[in-house]
Amino acid sequence: MFNLSLHEWKGIGPKHFVGLANFQELMHDNVWWDSMGHAGYITLIALTLQNALAFALALACDREIRMKRFYRVIFFIPPVLSEVVVGILWNWILDAGMQNGVHIGLLNHLLYTSGLPQLVHNWLGDPKTALTCIAIVHSWKGFGWGFIMLLAGLQTIDRQLYEAAKVDGAGTWKTFTNVTIPMMLPVILVVVILTILGSMQVFVLILSMVSKGLVFHTEVPVTRILSSMSGTNQFGYACAQAVIFGIILVCVSFAVKKLSDKAKQA
Amino acid sequence: MRALVTGLCCLALVFGAGCSKAQKPSHKILVWHWMTDRHETFLKLAEEYKKQTGIEVTVELFAPSDAYSQKIIAAAQANVLPDVYGILDKKSIFADFIKAGLVADLSAAFAADNGAWERSLFEKALAVDRFDYNNIYGIKPGIYGVPIDVTNMQMLYNKKLLAKAGIQNPPKTYDEFIKAVEALKRIGIAPFVSGWGELWLADCFASNYAFNIMGEDKVMATFRGQVPYTDPDWIRVLDIFRDLRDKGAFLDGIVTKGNKYAEQDFALERAAFSFNGSWGVNVYHDMNPNLEYGVMPPPPISNAFHLKIWGGAGSSFVVNAASANKDKAIAFLQWLTAVGQQVVLAKETKNLPANREASSSISPVLEEFAKGMEQSTHPTVWPINEDPLVIEAFDKGIQAIVIGEKTPAQVAADVQKVKVRQTAKGKR
Repeated sequence: MFNLSLHEWKGIGPKHFVGLANFQELMHDNVWWDSMGHAGYITLIALTLQNALAFALALACDREIRMKRFYRVIFFIPPVLSEVVVGILWNWILDAGMQNGVHIGLLNHLLYTSGLPQLVHNWLGDPKTALTCIAIVHSWKGFGWGFIMLLAGLQTIDRQLYEAAKVDGAGTWKTFTNVTIPMMLPVILVVVILTILGSMQVFVLILSMVSKGLVFHTEVPVTRILSSMSGTNQFGYACAQAVIFGIILVCVSFAVKKLSDKAKQA
Repeated sequence: MRALVTGLCCLALVFGAGCSKAQKPSHKILVWHWMTDRHETFLKLAEEYKKQTGIEVTVELFAPSDAYSQKIIAAAQANVLPDVYGILDKKSIFADFIKAGLVADLSAAFAADNGAWERSLFEKALAVDRFDYNNIYGIKPGIYGVPIDVTNMQMLYNKKLLAKAGIQNPPKTYDEFIKAVEALKRIGIAPFVSGWGELWLADCFASNYAFNIMGEDKVMATFRGQVPYTDPDWIRVLDIFRDLRDKGAFLDGIVTKGNKYAEQDFALERAAFSFNGSWGVNVYHDMNPNLEYGVMPPPPISNAFHLKIWGGAGSSFVVNAASANKDKAIAFLQWLTAVGQQVVLAKETKNLPANREASSSISPVLEEFAKGMEQSTHPTVWPINEDPLVIEAFDKGIQAIVIGEKTPAQVAADVQKVKVRQTAKGKR
């Protein structure tokens, strides 16, 4: 791939060696760096909203609650659905159109019928909300993975530790911060790294929700790479994008690992 | 030692994966296509062909078309292209396939029997697969593909919804169209939908009006870099989108709609007008068989030049020049485009046939589409094509206008910046 990134190539026919020109061009490609920012935003939402939800639900299911097996299955349904199916489903939920005076989209319909017509919105057609909607749907689709891993991690914690904490007079919060979190750090690290890698590379969901995108507001690195390849036939440039993107992902993963190691030592 | 063996195995796998199978002539033809709606009919026709000739045709579907295009490029790299396939890309890429020896020159087959095969097909359909003398791609003049149907892009109107708004006849001019938009808005019907999330449909719509406002010569001069996109005529083209937005012509969410969603909206009578291709006839029939609609060209905004619509070969197949079954593949395509098979394809898939004689078998709506073929044009037959990055800037600019983010003048300036950059890059 690195070799191809040093060439100008249309995907077929001869390749022309251009040295580092593709990388130079990439450094000045604002759309590319904006797309990186968009992926970062989606990742941030996933790291917070998605993982907080996953952790909260894992904690709930780790306790002796009724129908916990049922919940486990329910929470794991979104991750096993295809991203295209999820995109189509949410497209219908977020549809901004109307027919015979009735909102077609489920969300707008619910907002309207529940007396909140001022909140009815063109969710995917407005740059202010489109990316957030995608990030939320991505988090909804992905929280089940974190839930399963965190739940598995919680179940490996020795129950005697909780009993010892109770005997020492620790309350729920103290037990959570001093027992649960430290014991869960390795699992949390894996979940965080997988969330970062999965969220930075999201693209099928975007294609199925907003097709080729809303101007450049919903572009992420992978859609830009795709666009360079199949949209504008710049395979060499696409490879340069992929190389830079890969390096960034590896660096981020190492940084998270280092941070986690420091947290463990602390 | 273990590491060495593992390493060697990995190397063998890596290099082995890139090796193509040596091809031997056989009684089998492999066809790769992307047309989901025609797959069943292709399978039936393949079965019929086997009965008639004893040659087995394996038809494999790879959809959607974007994924198909990538598969073809990957297969070309690995030298594992099938006997018959399609190239869904720009003419320059088609030319690169020919230069790479991956597409057979079919001129001799078309010219045989005093050009009987060539005469049987619509010229507009063949034009897409033809390379003329002095073509800019440096390809030997000839015909390199076989059109299996023709298509064009027009506007469709819902008869029932128009009647509800008191509109008796479909609009013939842009002003009449705006009046229809206002009438529809008054009774709460969304006037217009199209799959502009896919960009190329918006590009096509703009291109229709560019031809209408400034004529083909000026459009081509722009592509050559002789006319800037900041020219008042181009700003007028972009201003149509601003005007339609201001008049409330668009169904909410049009800019992010894929064409399948837009087709669904029109089929389910959520919008009165749509901009789509003739393939939509089949799609609408499947979604809502009772839909009453008609076809009209986009209403012209100017009398200066004729409005041109995009049209030509809808789907074309090429023959792999490296195939050991090249002659059998050509014979199969001749059979597929013969009148009998074209009637079957037209009836079952509701597409305009490429064969002239088969066109008598089409439905009234398709006939309306067929009338538009005379005023059709297509980027693949233009003497020059715009740089893809300029097209992207233009199409994204249209989206920016539709959502009210930029003015036509701002978009024109942005596009011109990209044009200047790409022109400079090309000169380097």
